[in-house]
Amino acid sequence: MNFDSLLWVLLLGSLLGLELIGKVPPTLHTPLMSGANAISGITMLAALTAIIKAEPNSPLLIIGSISLGFALFNVVGGFFVTDRMLAMFSRKPTKKNK
Amino acid sequence: MNLPDIIKFVIDLIAVLLLALGIKGLSKVRSAREANITAAIAMLLSVIGLLSYYLGTSGIPAQSWAWILVGSLVGSLLGTLLAKKVPMTSMPETVALFNGFGGMSSLLVAIGAFLFPFNEVAKAGSLEPFINDVSISVSIFVGAITFSGSIVAMAKLQGWLSTPGWTQVKARHFVNIVFGVTSLIAFIYLISGNISSIWLLVIASTLLGIGVTLPIGGADMPVVISLLNSYSGIAAAAAGFVVDSQLLIVAGAMVGAAGLILTQVMCKGMNRSLVSVLFGGSLSAQTTSSSGSGEYTNITSCSVEECALTLEAANRVIVVPGYGLAVAQAQHTLREVTKKLEQNGIEVVYAIHPVAGRMPGHMNVLLAEADVPYEQLKEMDVVNPEFPATDVVLVLGANDVVNPQAKNDKGSPLYGMPVLDVQEARTVFVIKRGMSAGYSGIKNDLFDLPNTSMVFGDAKKVLSELIGELKDLGVGDK
Repeated sequence: MNFDSLLWVLLLGSLLGLELIGKVPPTLHTPLMSGANAISGITMLAALTAIIKAEPNSPLLIIGSISLGFALFNVVGGFFVTDRMLAMFSRKPTKKNK
Repeated sequence: MNLPDIIKFVIDLIAVLLLALGIKGLSKVRSAREANITAAIAMLLSVIGLLSYYLGTSGIPAQSWAWILVGSLVGSLLGTLLAKKVPMTSMPETVALFNGFGGMSSLLVAIGAFLFPFNEVAKAGSLEPFINDVSISVSIFVGAITFSGSIVAMAKLQGWLSTPGWTQVKARHFVNIVFGVTSLIAFIYLISGNISSIWLLVIASTLLGIGVTLPIGGADMPVVISLLNSYSGIAAAAAGFVVDSQLLIVAGAMVGAAGLILTQVMCKGMNRSLVSVLFGGSLSAQTTSSSGSGEYTNITSCSVEECALTLEAANRVIVVPGYGLAVAQAQHTLREVTKKLEQNGIEVVYAIHPVAGRMPGHMNVLLAEADVPYEQLKEMDVVNPEFPATDVVLVLGANDVVNPQAKNDKGSPLYGMPVLDVQEARTVFVIKRGMSAGYSGIKNDLFDLPNTSMVFGDAKKVLSELIGELKDLGVGDK
């Protein structure tokens, strides 16, 4: 992939991000931040690539593995914690007719 | 294009689409939970796409599989454990920690890519090695700042770190500039092929992250976390340039942009500019001697019993929950009180200031945890016109967000901040531990008003006493 098309990807991705988040009720700011945070753990793909492409017995394997661990901690934990928060909102209809 | 290329391309496209739909859905209450799952599926897909590509082309050596398994198992297990165990009140510091680890991941992978290059970029004379080095340096710089800044933010929110006075001296700007310039020099050396300067870059940017975050007061921390969240997106996008992945760049750019918007929204809610948050230091340390801090002249305090009597006679009650409620973990006790009132036919509404709690939206999460119906939570713009028709307002652990100075006193540092007009109601009860000022360190004119009564005590204790008093009055015993 050449550099200028990657720059286009960066530009369009940023614009997409600005548009997507345009209007959010304050209620959802914390879950949104937490969800977006989980997505930023997508660096796990970079870590995976590093591990796969590493030479045999290269220290890169260990560095990549630790990096992957940190990224997945962010991703998996982030999604679970976001789900926990959002689960509280969706509980409301059953409680109301009491 | 051969088959593995096509498969990866299609999977990546679907993943990007799902990620975008996920972020979009997270911004609406109805679709938020599904959207979160959608985004998680997109992430899983992206991993499957990557693995299938390498399986179909170069193959994945057994040694690599072993390290992939170790890293992913340990990371996912610990992450899951923390996510399930952490109490809802500690959400802000948890997000900060996750964020810091994301930064750490970018930092490590960039260091690895630099010390043990795994990409074929060797075309001498072309632009590619240069771009590769720049991407790696950016990834290291942003990753290190995200990591160290997030850890400081977490430590502050946990109460492990305070904001000591020496961090407020003007010289800190000079120190931070030194760190910044050092990073820049290391950056330039790195690009021009001096490998050992990578460590200087790591150290200088880590210190810069600490130096910038440390002087910022606890009240501004959510803004900082949101900004650091945006940085971690930028770090991911930079890592995308390193490993040549469009998916990484798109996802990173989306998170980066989203974080910026969220940061702006939070700043607006607190009437602070991003510049003053980042470089203005702690607000409370700064304004204690300003015009805003005067003496209180007309404080009325009352007992829990009087408060209960007034509540019993009310038709309409608005509760204003704030940071203090979150800290006292009194949201469940509050819910018991309001349940009693509702059983007595009293209309109860919760007025949620945009920055109530410890993070925007945090209060909603806490109240939802205590089973408060979502319909009773009203945002500031909706609830403000309703105060004149309200009998009783209960202010619980909120301070600056109910200060009328923000509307009336042009000289006040708070002037212009959107506030809840609680003083329009007939009676206001402020439940508060003492007369200490809020985050801004500014006197609250509300406390001096004739229709305001202070009920002194810890929020949780006062509320449980209130339950007792209401019981004695026979409220809600049907």
